[in-house]
Amino acid sequence: MKIHEYQGKEILRDFGIPVPRGQACFSVDEAVAAAEGLGGPVWVVKAQIHAGGRGKGGGVKVAKSPDEVRQFAQQILGMQLVTHQTGPAGQTVRRLLIEEGARIAREFYLGMVVDRAAQRVALIASSEGGMEIEEVAKHSPEKIHTVRIDPQAGLGEAEAASVVKAIGIPSAAVAEAVAVLQGLYRAFVEKDAMLAEINPLVLTADDRIIALDAKFNFDSNALYRHPEIVAMRDLDEEDPAEIEASKFDLSYISLEGDIGCLVNGAGLAMATMDIIKLYGGSPANFLDVGGGATTEKVTEAFKLMLKNPHLKAILVNIFGGIMKCDVIAEGVVAAARQVSLNVPLVVRLEGTNVDLGKQILADSGLPIISANDMADAAEKVVAAAREVK
Amino acid sequence: MSILINKDTRVITQGMTGKVGQFHTQQCKAYANGANCFVAGVNPKKAGEEFEGIPVYVSVRDAKAATGATVSVIYVPPAGAAAAIDEAVEADLDLVICITEGIPVHDMIKTRYRMQGKKTVLIGPNCPGLITPDEIKIGIMPGHIHKKGRIGVVSRSGTLTYEAVGQLTALGYGQSSCVGIGGDPINGLKHIDVMRLFNEDPDTDAVIMVGEIGGTDEEECARWIKANMQKPVVGFIAGVTAPPGKRMGHAGAIISGGQGGADEKLAVMEASGIHITRNPAEMGRLMQKLLRG
Repeated sequence: MKIHEYQGKEILRDFGIPVPRGQACFSVDEAVAAAEGLGGPVWVVKAQIHAGGRGKGGGVKVAKSPDEVRQFAQQILGMQLVTHQTGPAGQTVRRLLIEEGARIAREFYLGMVVDRAAQRVALIASSEGGMEIEEVAKHSPEKIHTVRIDPQAGLGEAEAASVVKAIGIPSAAVAEAVAVLQGLYRAFVEKDAMLAEINPLVLTADDRIIALDAKFNFDSNALYRHPEIVAMRDLDEEDPAEIEASKFDLSYISLEGDIGCLVNGAGLAMATMDIIKLYGGSPANFLDVGGGATTEKVTEAFKLMLKNPHLKAILVNIFGGIMKCDVIAEGVVAAARQVSLNVPLVVRLEGTNVDLGKQILADSGLPIISANDMADAAEKVVAAAREVK
Repeated sequence: MSILINKDTRVITQGMTGKVGQFHTQQCKAYANGANCFVAGVNPKKAGEEFEGIPVYVSVRDAKAATGATVSVIYVPPAGAAAAIDEAVEADLDLVICITEGIPVHDMIKTRYRMQGKKTVLIGPNCPGLITPDEIKIGIMPGHIHKKGRIGVVSRSGTLTYEAVGQLTALGYGQSSCVGIGGDPINGLKHIDVMRLFNEDPDTDAVIMVGEIGGTDEEECARWIKANMQKPVVGFIAGVTAPPGKRMGHAGAIISGGQGGADEKLAVMEASGIHITRNPAEMGRLMQKLLRG
């Protein structure tokens, strides 16, 4: 689960990491009042959306007067901010962060991720702040310093200090920077984060260290023990279809194509998308109905797919193991009746009681196209989608 | 022969008395030699009771002492599942298979840390388990689609494993063992570990390796195969069409920071001599082609 920058900075502040004074605002007037409350002479008006790359997209402006704060707030609030992470449609800006300006001497990068291979949290730091770390990794990997942190001992002072010195933080600021690294690690573990980034971490003209940005992504499997993080969720930043799906315990992701897929199991669901593409079609979504594909879940899944105006056909691909094919077939038939299906439906069933399942589909009187295997199913659904105008 | 488990394996079920544990314990007990294999359950609150004739013990240690079991399977809900793994490791079991999906990643980091230097091998979490056809099934896979034979299967996904197995069985090729290593980012055995075991198993002739987006495990396995593997390997990677930055169902199935894409994995696998297919319907037929020469 992602949160906004201003929320991330609240967490950083709680863990002793210096951040600029600032205030989250939902209207232009609030933004001006916040600027006046903070005092001048320089303010930063920052669009709050969950995607990165906001500055390049015109979502971050430096104002030199409350009038300029008003002008920029008017520009940014409500705009469709397009960045490399939002997709071409962009994301509507509904919240702003108004902050005091900082006197930046140098910018650094600080990040933490779960390192799958090492099975530890990895601290990543670089002298190249303000840039995408992937770009730095590509062009100057020698400028990236990584430490894989011992989960028992935590991030030691000496270890943190060596990273801080390696990225070129001057000795006057080393102690403060070490505290920042250690604070971020504590926040990362205590809050069950999967990713944290401070980019840039800045050194000010008077040798202070400040986190100028904050990005967090939390482990959704651990949210049950963090009501304070759940409270930060902003549904406006998420895909409505994905929110709806999560209510029914369906795993759904919207894609660009026009063939809906309903599959049991995440791996098979991905493979189904892949085979549709391989046969010349384009998947409209990823949808895993999970192990217990009940009639209710299948019905909700159909409703979700049918909300997509680009949808031209649906492929149901079920490998019935513990879930028997006849039960699934009954669910599919009931769901198709209930939602008055108006696009071609191809169904591929395999596994336990497959013949019974196919019989139920055939006897339903519904125009269901039955497929024998995954390849047959993909071929048929791509052909069916082509025939729909 | 087989890898990791066979008809003589004795199994403790942690979380046997919950709804999921009860259902799958019945299924596993009914498969092949299951009635002799599943010898104990663990639940501190229900110690002394029985389920399906299987006695419940207060701890893994007690269950092991009473029955001589060396393997456990875990159906404990996510919040307590990492602690259940810890308990099995502390009891020095040989193998623990964690079916549970949804364990917090930081819990698994701590558990894997505690496992260092211990003898216990972990499969999963978030996996279907493993099966040696006609001998023993430990996990949630449908037993009847399997057939005894000489092909090994290793996969990060559940139903996609069944897909591969179903294709092999339909073509008349049985399996030596099938191992689901799970879809979580922090887990136990990886592709490379299972591939080593299949390479050493005299009763495995060839292997189907099913991967998916996220991480670099498949690449590491592919490089090992290039240098060491003496048996043909068929490979498939799910998620060629998955967009970056989106978690595709499995917690570990995400392309992040420019890493973990399916095309990159397939390229490394192909360069390592693995016979790859981009068509998930062709895994079985590709294996057939290789074996017929």
